[in-house]
Amino acid sequence: MTVTIIVKAILYIILAPLIGGTLSGLDRVFSARMQGRQGPPLFQPFYDVFKLLNKQTTVVNSIQVLFVTGYLIMTVFTGALFFAGGDMLLVFFALSMSEVLMVMAAFSTNGPYSIMGAQRELCQMMCYEPMTLLVAIGFYYANGSFMVNDLIQAEKPAIMYIPGFFIGFVFILIIKLRKSPFDLATSHHMHQEMVKGLTTDLSGGNLALVELAEWYDLVLMMGIVGMFFITANPISRLWAIIAVSCVFFLETLIDNLFPRVKYITMLKVTWTVILVFAGTNLLILNVLK
Amino acid sequence: MKISKSPWVLHYDGSSCNGCDIEVLATMTPLYDVERFGIINTGNPKHADVLLLTGGVNAQTAPVIRQLYNMMPDPKVVVACGICACDGGIFKECYNILGGADKVVPVDVYVPGCAVRPEALIEGVVKAVGILEEKKKKLKESMKAGYCTVDYSKIAIHMTADDYDPTNQYDAVLTEEALRQQAEEKIKATAKPAPKPAPAAAPKAPVAAPAADNTKKGENA
Repeated sequence: MTVTIIVKAILYIILAPLIGGTLSGLDRVFSARMQGRQGPPLFQPFYDVFKLLNKQTTVVNSIQVLFVTGYLIMTVFTGALFFAGGDMLLVFFALSMSEVLMVMAAFSTNGPYSIMGAQRELCQMMCYEPMTLLVAIGFYYANGSFMVNDLIQAEKPAIMYIPGFFIGFVFILIIKLRKSPFDLATSHHMHQEMVKGLTTDLSGGNLALVELAEWYDLVLMMGIVGMFFITANPISRLWAIIAVSCVFFLETLIDNLFPRVKYITMLKVTWTVILVFAGTNLLILNVLK
Repeated sequence: MKISKSPWVLHYDGSSCNGCDIEVLATMTPLYDVERFGIINTGNPKHADVLLLTGGVNAQTAPVIRQLYNMMPDPKVVVACGICACDGGIFKECYNILGGADKVVPVDVYVPGCAVRPEALIEGVVKAVGILEEKKKKLKESMKAGYCTVDYSKIAIHMTADDYDPTNQYDAVLTEEALRQQAEEKIKATAKPAPKPAPAAAPKAPVAAPAADNTKKGENA
């Protein structure tokens, strides 16, 4: 039993950067095609990270390196815990921990853009943290366990019980994957009012670590989307993959359709969506029990 | 994998008439789609590999250009876009213009034109990317040898116009050769006197000498 857990965790650690990098390359190709241009090669994110690793790393202070490395390690730990079949609650708590480390890295640099990015990242966390916690609770309501290992043995897919949670989660994924209407903390497209937000003062190897952590994070998020569809039946895995592809395409589409909003709008919209869909769903589940 | 597959550029306008700036930005639009070469316009010197400079340099923008250049991590290249950035252009004789971008930072590629054409600019950046690759190799060699190509203790950041003295500005960034010489002198000064290479070289010398003699003889005969 422990051997399978370790093997799954190691598989995640090895495969996730490959899958995550390819997905993020796909994202860039899709975006380019939506804008009517050819776009970069599919493996462009790998070239970028390789280049960053070959660049000189200038650091503002030494604690920054510790926080950035901590961010990567905590993200990898979170994902490994999820894919090895661990506790959903612990997964989400470790995920917030990794985000906090990234915010600390940005605060430690004392640069105006970094600090602005860090503050906005805290706002974003305020928006999506309730939903991530609710997802764990939703899975518990649906299948009576917090353990991923038990959840994938369910008889009926979780989406049958908690469709509202699914909508809420897909909505906060826009924030989590740093997509356009809500990419407040790191403006992804070319120079905007806050340069690169959180990652402004990172360079070379440190920036490469952040990119790597984002790939791990992307795979983890897609894994959680897949969790809504997976049952004991092996065919359900196919449905999960189809659902993940649809959600990923939807996120790219949203990224290209909407301009960035202010943080207050983000807070209002996100909490409204969470309250309407996830809250109603939770109430119904409570009544039916 | 080559690092030249993802050159991220930074664009700075040092007192340009904005003609070249518009062309630089036009190059970044979907029409020319430079992202297919992996080129991204970052607004951040700490992420950039290529510095695109437009317009002649004046006393106010010189310290800014120097600071941007110093903030970019190695390896890095500078492209002067347009004739004004190359040598001052039509504004060369103006009282406030110091000249081209090479008056303040070492320029690697000069792309002339008034205003510079996007096609020429893409060509220039592609050339710059080749230089970037060479610089990466040199950087690795110098890191192995134990010294860095840029001496950061020598870099002075001038923030005000009063602070700026064109006579000593360019010297603050040492050329690679000067740095190597300095480092070698330092190594020579600190190292113990090297043991004489006598045992290895001794048997070679007599062999070489007769050969020289032979040729001499042959020439004479």
